[in-house]
Amino acid sequence: MTEIVALEALAARVTSGQSLAIPVDGSGVAMAVTAALLETGIRDLRLICVPISGLQADLLIGAGAIAALETSAVSLGEAGAAPRFTAGVKSGAFALRDSTCPAIFAGLLAAQKGVPFMPIAGIIGSDLLAVRPDWQVIDSPVGEARKVVVVPAICPDVALFHAPEADRAGNVRIGRHRELANLAYAARRTLVTVERIVDRNLLETEDSAAGVLPSLYVDAIAVATRGAWPLALWDEYPADEAEIARYAAMARSEDGFRAYLSTFLSHRKQVA
Amino acid sequence: MSTERERRETLIAAIADLLDGISHVAVGASSPIPAAGAMLLRARNQRDGRPPVRVSILGSQAHNFFTNGGIELFDCAAQGRVDAFFLGGGQIDGQGNINLVGTGEYPKTDVRWPGSFGSAYLYHLIPRVILFREEHTPRVLVPKVDFVSARAITPEVPRRGGPYALLTNMALFDFDRDAGGFALRSVHPPFTPADIRENTGFTYQEPEIVRETQRPDPATLALLRGKILDELAETYPAFARTMKQAA
Repeated sequence: MTEIVALEALAARVTSGQSLAIPVDGSGVAMAVTAALLETGIRDLRLICVPISGLQADLLIGAGAIAALETSAVSLGEAGAAPRFTAGVKSGAFALRDSTCPAIFAGLLAAQKGVPFMPIAGIIGSDLLAVRPDWQVIDSPVGEARKVVVVPAICPDVALFHAPEADRAGNVRIGRHRELANLAYAARRTLVTVERIVDRNLLETEDSAAGVLPSLYVDAIAVATRGAWPLALWDEYPADEAEIARYAAMARSEDGFRAYLSTFLSHRKQVA
Repeated sequence: MSTERERRETLIAAIADLLDGISHVAVGASSPIPAAGAMLLRARNQRDGRPPVRVSILGSQAHNFFTNGGIELFDCAAQGRVDAFFLGGGQIDGQGNINLVGTGEYPKTDVRWPGSFGSAYLYHLIPRVILFREEHTPRVLVPKVDFVSARAITPEVPRRGGPYALLTNMALFDFDRDAGGFALRSVHPPFTPADIRENTGFTYQEPEIVRETQRPDPATLALLRGKILDELAETYPAFARTMKQAA
């Protein structure tokens, strides 16, 4: 059964050395838990961005919490480049696995279906094939005779995201953000924070059930009010553009990043 | 500020023209000018009673009809249901290859950009990929990219997708898939064909008479400055605000 726990207890289920899958900014990013993880001094995470990340990855990188990073991009969007990612790549602070968005989805899909790899269109001709020796170009064994790329299954130890609401049974409303379901299907454990727990049963009608991730895939839930701040949560609140711009400016230097991180952590505590 | 606004307006209108005839265009992350161009085509077709245009803007709620999550754009492209898309590049070379990763020796690149996004895949699958990069300098438009995020031409596999045109702050190029290179179509005033030669690091075909890129007509400008900026503000608030303030 899905457990409903306190935010700190949920964060404690992510441990150093695990692979952690996270969604793209704006798709329901668990920033409150990210702050709690940084408080615990978590290390050596192998971060999988589905399929890209921004502020969340950059904070984890800057704090030295990441040993490996698989992503199709890290960017702060309109606020510009992700400064700690950029600095970390240059200094070799983590093992980098550059990818392309649909290859990450294909890897998750392989895990979802319990097969070791997934074929995927395109990619041939890209230097990504040279830097990803775990990707292969094969002659299609069935169907049309042609070359096709195959990528290995991605089975994250933990999937972590934030959503508007869950019911008491642990069903989570994800709307049309089906990528959150893709994360949960593929991951060994799924941890979710929500703005609120509702008393009604989200599976009650066809309409309400259509946008719901069933509790079967959800291990634990914690309430985190404004849990995606300063990122957006759909239908709930927009991104705090000023805060993200402040981060982008401060994180250009190591000292500026440290100063930002300390105010970010204390701000999150006040919200909680 | 008004010249900066005019520059952007010319690019947005040029994009709408490049998209003419398509029925579904998708726009990726961090692309306010392509998004505005796609919206402009949609609004113009609607105004003129021409066939409707679907616009899918990543990161938008209002301008996004996908219901199957982040994977749907990629599946949709694989099914041949996306006619046009935009890609950029820290480097773009004369063969149409793009680099979104960085310069120098991988992985500890001297300069690191965000990453390849969906380019390695979508370049194969979307017929009309418009390369859009505002900076037009020899450091961006290079003879050969340091890292190929996505390759333009791959004779070893069948593909429907690839580059269609390259639009910069200075000029518009067509991509010739048979020749495997770019041909100059028009230059944005006040730039001249000589400016283009000086600022382009790769070789390209140049016609004897190079046209000037047209400024958008008053009706197009009215549409752009009104409806389009309002639509754009949902996904690109900062960009829309700057454009409105310049008015």
